[in-house]
Amino acid sequence: MSATITPATAAEPAAVSQVRVFLAVLRRDVYVTARELPVFLAQVILQPLFLLFVFGKVLTDLGFARGGYTEVLFPGVVALTAVITALQGTALPLVIDFSFTKEIEDRLLAPLPVGMVAVEKIVFAAMRALLAAVVMFPIGIWVLGSIPWRASGLPLLVTILVLGSLVGAALGLILGTAVPPNRINVMFALILTPLLFTGASQYPWASLDRLRWFQVVTAFNPLTYVSEGLRAALEPAVPHMRPWISVLVLAATLVAFTAVGVRLFLRRAID
Amino acid sequence: MDRERDGGAVTAPAVEVRDLVKRYPKSKVNAVDGVSFTVTPGEVFGLLGPNGAGKTTTVGILTTRVRPSGGVALVAGVDVGADPVRARRLVAVVPQRNNLDRSLSIRQNLLFHAAYHGVPAAERGHRADALLEEFGLADRSGEKPDMFSGGQAQRIMVARALMHAPKVLFMDEPTTGLDPAARLFVWDRVRDLRARGVTIVLTTHDMDEAAELADRVGIMDRGRLLALDTPDGLTRGLPGQTTLEVALAPADGTSPDDLLAALGALDGVERVERVEAAHAGSPAFAGGWPGMNGPPAGPPPRGGGTEGDGRPRELRARLYLSGDAPLMLAPVATMLAARDAQLTDVSIGTPSLEDVFISLTGRSLR
Repeated sequence: MSATITPATAAEPAAVSQVRVFLAVLRRDVYVTARELPVFLAQVILQPLFLLFVFGKVLTDLGFARGGYTEVLFPGVVALTAVITALQGTALPLVIDFSFTKEIEDRLLAPLPVGMVAVEKIVFAAMRALLAAVVMFPIGIWVLGSIPWRASGLPLLVTILVLGSLVGAALGLILGTAVPPNRINVMFALILTPLLFTGASQYPWASLDRLRWFQVVTAFNPLTYVSEGLRAALEPAVPHMRPWISVLVLAATLVAFTAVGVRLFLRRAID
Repeated sequence: MDRERDGGAVTAPAVEVRDLVKRYPKSKVNAVDGVSFTVTPGEVFGLLGPNGAGKTTTVGILTTRVRPSGGVALVAGVDVGADPVRARRLVAVVPQRNNLDRSLSIRQNLLFHAAYHGVPAAERGHRADALLEEFGLADRSGEKPDMFSGGQAQRIMVARALMHAPKVLFMDEPTTGLDPAARLFVWDRVRDLRARGVTIVLTTHDMDEAAELADRVGIMDRGRLLALDTPDGLTRGLPGQTTLEVALAPADGTSPDDLLAALGALDGVERVERVEAAHAGSPAFAGGWPGMNGPPAGPPPRGGGTEGDGRPRELRARLYLSGDAPLMLAPVATMLAARDAQLTDVSIGTPSLEDVFISLTGRSLR
């Protein structure tokens, strides 16, 4: 802050590694969420909890669904929790940030490429989604008594969950930056609801061949590949898509959604 | 432009803008239309103009939030368009609107800002505490931004901006919407920062603020920089805008029109205008309000000045001068004495930045 004249190179603040700046931006989000962890968990767990309870427990106990249905349902609900939590973790905060609070501006002025702030949003929302998905396992045991599980499926389980959370977060980035704030209610009605029910989380995709048109529709929902991938990991006895197809489609979707989302983010962040 | 090369070291201007153009998509006109200026290190530079003049867009470009459509913008020698990441290390912004992080306490706002800029962890705490103390916020450092008034939020944002020791501080309309006390506090902070050698670029539509704070003022309107000088230089440059208002009692039998003509014939008087008694309040006149003190090109007020029988007891006249007003006192007094007219009142009107703006655009700032 002194007024003495120094060579520009020496006077300029030392170049900071962009990794460090990225981690500082990530640390802010982790810090804020960690402080309100119970609220966050209540917020993301209630919906899947009721889904499991009504479809997995009530309907089966009353005899409207067969006992084996929980093997279909549980991986689907974990998939749903991961994808939707991730989507909401980017979409809502970005709509609020860009349109109302402008809180994100201080981070947009950090010495980091602006696109990396968008990537940080994806990474952080995916972290929250993974936490929510992991919590679903004890909840599943509590509600259903037992859940499908096999240790050998763990690598696939982790791969699918990570990819699925990232895809959900990238989709949220697109929605949060593309949808004008006055349309946010419409977005949730028109996009979230179909997403919830065309994602093969309440039924196995393979058995839809008797309802061909619906099978085609569900193939366009990335959640389908998360649900199917988790079934392959946890309960291979249930008919499911080949795991490599799920992984491949999710990876390709992630690249595409991230590219589009970051571009839209830049459009909002820089005039 | 004026870069001194000295043994390989380059002393770049704090800010350098050349032929800057910004056209927003779907807009028919350029928001910034060929603006050029240079800010030297340690200077307080003001951009003055009405809303929509292009001030905020210019600052937006310099702070990497707006991509220029043409021209070059450099901060401490770094091209903000070509290397925005490096430029962001050098600048700080105090925005028009409160954008503090509402999820964090104000101390954490400062700490995280420093972390985003890579300030070492040990250093962050020291700087935050020192700034909070200096800005009178130390006892409330744990509170969230929602607990603070507009003026206090402005203070916090200035403190936040200083956390990474920027080369140039940009303040966009720093006192708009603040109460007078908060406004004076911000003015004091700007003077303090200037004394510490911080280069400041501020935008304002308030002529008093520009005249009060800025070493040099650039007047902007419709995307163009119309004039650039010190506040004194800008007002001095106004032809016929130094004025002398005189009240006099004419001798019996002297026609007021003759007296006015004689005043107008004096060397250094560009124009004479008869002033109605109601307009004669010298404080308002000296303040240079636009309605009272029209542009040189404007029509002179007409009528008035005579009473009942058509013979005025007091005649008031405003002289628009080409030179300094005090130097005109003697010639005016001498001429009046020669005609037996008695000089009863004199006041000197100095033009304001408002007058400069009106003479440049034909419109008022407000």
